Amino acid sequence: MYEYNQFDHDFVRNRVREFRAQVERRLDGSLTEDEFKPLRLMNGLYLQLHAYMLRVAVPYGTLNSRQMNQLAYISEKWDKGYGHFTTRQNIQYNWPKLKDVPDILDALADVEMHAIQTSGNCVRNVTADHFAGAAADEIEDPRPTAELLRQWSMDHPEFQFLPRKFKIAITGAPNDRAVTKAHDIGLRMVRNENDEPGYEVIVGGGLGRTPMVGKVARDFLPKADLLPYVEAILQVYNLNGRRDNKFKARIKILVHETGIETLREMIEEVFETQKALHIPPSEEMVKAIEAQFQPPEFDAGPVDEEKLAAAIESDPLFKSFMETNVHEHFDPNHAIVTISLKPIGGTPGDATADQMRVMANLAEAYAYDELRVSHEQNIILPHVRRDDLPEVFERLREAGLATANVGLITDMIACPGMDYCALATARSIPVAQEISNAFEDIKAQHDIGPLKIKISGCINACGHHHVGHIGILGLDKAGVESYQITLGGDGTETATIGERAGPGFSYEEIVPAIQRIVERYVEIREGVDETFLETYRRVGAEPFKNALYPETV
Amino acid sequence: MARAFTPKVVTANDLLEGDVIYMTGDGNWTRDHAEAKLFEDEDEAKAALAKAETQSLKLVGAYLADAVRGEDGKPEPVHFREAFRTRGPSNYPELGKQAEL
Amino acid sequence: MSIIVRDDGFHKDSWEADGGLFIDLEKFGQDVASKAPDKTALDIPNDVSAHSLTGLFNNVAMIRIPFPSFADGRGFSIAKQLRQIGYEGRLRAFGHVIADQYGFARTCGFDEVEISEELAERQPQEQWLARLPKDNLSYQKKLLAEREMRNA
Repeated sequence: MYEYNQFDHDFVRNRVREFRAQVERRLDGSLTEDEFKPLRLMNGLYLQLHAYMLRVAVPYGTLNSRQMNQLAYISEKWDKGYGHFTTRQNIQYNWPKLKDVPDILDALADVEMHAIQTSGNCVRNVTADHFAGAAADEIEDPRPTAELLRQWSMDHPEFQFLPRKFKIAITGAPNDRAVTKAHDIGLRMVRNENDEPGYEVIVGGGLGRTPMVGKVARDFLPKADLLPYVEAILQVYNLNGRRDNKFKARIKILVHETGIETLREMIEEVFETQKALHIPPSEEMVKAIEAQFQPPEFDAGPVDEEKLAAAIESDPLFKSFMETNVHEHFDPNHAIVTISLKPIGGTPGDATADQMRVMANLAEAYAYDELRVSHEQNIILPHVRRDDLPEVFERLREAGLATANVGLITDMIACPGMDYCALATARSIPVAQEISNAFEDIKAQHDIGPLKIKISGCINACGHHHVGHIGILGLDKAGVESYQITLGGDGTETATIGERAGPGFSYEEIVPAIQRIVERYVEIREGVDETFLETYRRVGAEPFKNALYPETV
Repeated sequence: MARAFTPKVVTANDLLEGDVIYMTGDGNWTRDHAEAKLFEDEDEAKAALAKAETQSLKLVGAYLADAVRGEDGKPEPVHFREAFRTRGPSNYPELGKQAEL
Repeated sequence: MSIIVRDDGFHKDSWEADGGLFIDLEKFGQDVASKAPDKTALDIPNDVSAHSLTGLFNNVAMIRIPFPSFADGRGFSIAKQLRQIGYEGRLRAFGHVIADQYGFARTCGFDEVEISEELAERQPQEQWLARLPKDNLSYQKKLLAEREMRNA
């Protein structure tokens, strides 16, 4: 794991001091609210529906137990004893007081964490594959690149006041778990015909009001050219992105209106200048970062497979857990465990302080002190010895954290919606809770198979509804909550924007509507191995529309 | 044709605490919607909002929200968003203002 | 009367008092012959291409870039580009720049910032001097320093 050097420490502390002074200057009138707002946002602080909200970065989703314990401590000392893990590998506290925030930021700095650029019209927290450094299908660990980008983007003098926010995601595996095609820049680590490492660079993806799948700007960018190339994209965007309309200000609109060919030329032109001036970081510096992401020294002792097999045999819940929550590790003695933060009827992504401590303790005892936050609002123990899995499961079960539903219908993404968010037009959390209750039977869930439901409480699409196999968008229709369904979305390497199924449903009607879709799928699938998405792609939307709107058939 | 004016309360968030607040009849602020002053005259409502907007060291984001007089004579929110603001998140009934109701 | 912020604090703007002129880019062609370059400042809009200005570098002593709002960061990129393509004259940011941005402005190549008296009163000198580029911890500078060390 990356450890701060003296510069990183000084930088983050200095930033806390600056923010402390900014709060004081807001209170003494030096800064108007209009001026203060972007500054607090750049430090992760929102003013939401009921209270302030602090969004803390978990860069590229990687945490150790000390950091997770500190997140628990902060939630109890300055908040209400829980936190909300988000789709961008952040954790949000929903109840901080303005005057406490500088102290919270200091407490984060104590464990090498921060809230810098988790909001605002700047380069946001760089996200990465949550299985990075552990996945069996990985070509290369994307986190050293993500860390380099974190450093480059921190307080970048030219790019703090962009037309709009700017999100970068990176994956080092062919199976895209980082939704790279729905980011302002998506980076996929690839190798060229000479086996040299580099990136495929995708620009202009995004969800929100105008969902777009990103387009390839460069199919191979040599690794050493990354910073000047990203700098070129940002400069072209800063100068040319629209500032007349907030809803047209993301780079995806620039790509759309300018055309990828023209934009590519504009980027290349700036890139030539940047490359001449901006010699990339030295190999030593890159190597020094990479060295910090070396995998731990894995316990190579033989795995007690009999013990594992016996545990699977004797406990059907553990068997289910093994099927959904445990994934293949590149080291055959180890496995990746996903801890579901989607208990039946619970709030997706929430964890109490006690649960955070349990996860921290498990990481320390069984996972070489590493944890990950996934964009699917779950927590990962990236390296667990296979014969430790029964104990890990047992301890998760005691803490209410062993729900065996990863990738299944109740493993939903939901934004905070109108229960917290000032921008929301409808609630999302209670819809997720009721869907979860409706499909609570784990065996039935396993029978339905992989199905991603994603729920957003407004058009900004923080709940990624466009790329949900079933997407739900909550709107305010003449003063009443109304939910629109989209079908067939996909956030992986085969990214697709879902299609709107038809008129919206009321709060009371939305859960039965989802049930009708699922029932129809189970009726028409060609065997239990055909997933919802496969069925949808085979038959199209019609059968599901008929199920949704029977009166019109 | 201009739309007919409907009664309003002046609401905002407290600068230091972040809490939802409402203007009372004496120009102070309360956290309880029922204690808010219901403005039934458009000019009075606008004047009250203008006054709130000068209090930038006390509050953030003042606006007029629709409300009606309830059976007990106290103002009640009209839109569901405003109703949530009087209570707190629906997933945790023990948190937010509803904890004290 | 505008206030000019530099690394040594606030100053009254003496450019026009000393006989200097501000000329809009679009009028520049007509007026250029009548003025000595050392008395000429060019006002450019913040949506102009820096590359289109290279022919004028020797005809002006100052280029002034507007900030209609502190949230509009185009001026930072234009300044950076002007420096990258070799403009060495005086570079001034003009309008709604706040003290918190002073370090960014300087790092992108501005020499000074011109602000209103109202803003200068609300954000006095010490708030700007707290953001001197030399005191600023910056990853950008660190990356740059590392490069220079290697080139030396």
